[in-house]
Amino acid sequence: MGLSDGTIKMSFTILPDDLTAAGEASSSMKKMLNQLGVSPQLVKKAAIAMYEAEINAVIHGGGGIADIIIDGQKIEILIRDEGPGIPDLELAMQEGYSTASDEIREMGFGAGMGLPNMKRYSDELIIHSEVGKGTSVKIIVNFY
Amino acid sequence: MNVREFAEKTGMKVLTGDKGLDKELAGAYVCDLLSWVMSHANKNNAWITVHTHLNVVAVALLTEVACVIIPEGIHVEEPTVNKAMEEGIAILSSDKSAYEICCLAHEFKV
Repeated sequence: MGLSDGTIKMSFTILPDDLTAAGEASSSMKKMLNQLGVSPQLVKKAAIAMYEAEINAVIHGGGGIADIIIDGQKIEILIRDEGPGIPDLELAMQEGYSTASDEIREMGFGAGMGLPNMKRYSDELIIHSEVGKGTSVKIIVNFY
Repeated sequence: MNVREFAEKTGMKVLTGDKGLDKELAGAYVCDLLSWVMSHANKNNAWITVHTHLNVVAVALLTEVACVIIPEGIHVEEPTVNKAMEEGIAILSSDKSAYEICCLAHEFKV
């Protein structure tokens, strides 16, 4: 939705336990960014970081909500869930560390690269997590 | 070489009609860890994977690979084929192994 100040906001519901639908939100954002003429490199960064966060919300968070704000400076993606939270964030950020089930791993996910990829593809990554309450991940990709 | 020419020359079966066949190929990439693919595959690669579920299409779109190649005659589910056609991603099927497909890619200078 375009606002009068040129800011665009989008919001999506991420369904729990439905990996087949994962990617719909990041795909919609990608299309919007392409329409806005954002450089392909930045579109790819934002879309991959968001897809990883979306997958995590499905796998670990019991679904959640994705809010996207695009202004003249940056793309800001906020993904929130009300899942179990991350007890040790430092450990979770390590490449290769994963708590995903065998079923998820057999699909090619759960390799412990989701959070590291989000970090790799964002300019800023802010994670708040509380055990028993949920996790929020903010991904920022700057235009300049 | 584009996806159509590669499929014709190597005798691979195209599962997705005429969708995405004009994309140019630039190298091949083999991996089944989806996050690894997203951080390492390059645009216009031919991505070879044994996964056939719907998320393969999402990863192919995000990484902007030229096509997906499913080796060793593995069956691809209909919803995946339909989604790939909707998104303009070609899925090729081969009876050969991932290694043999890479050899073909090298032979044809993909």
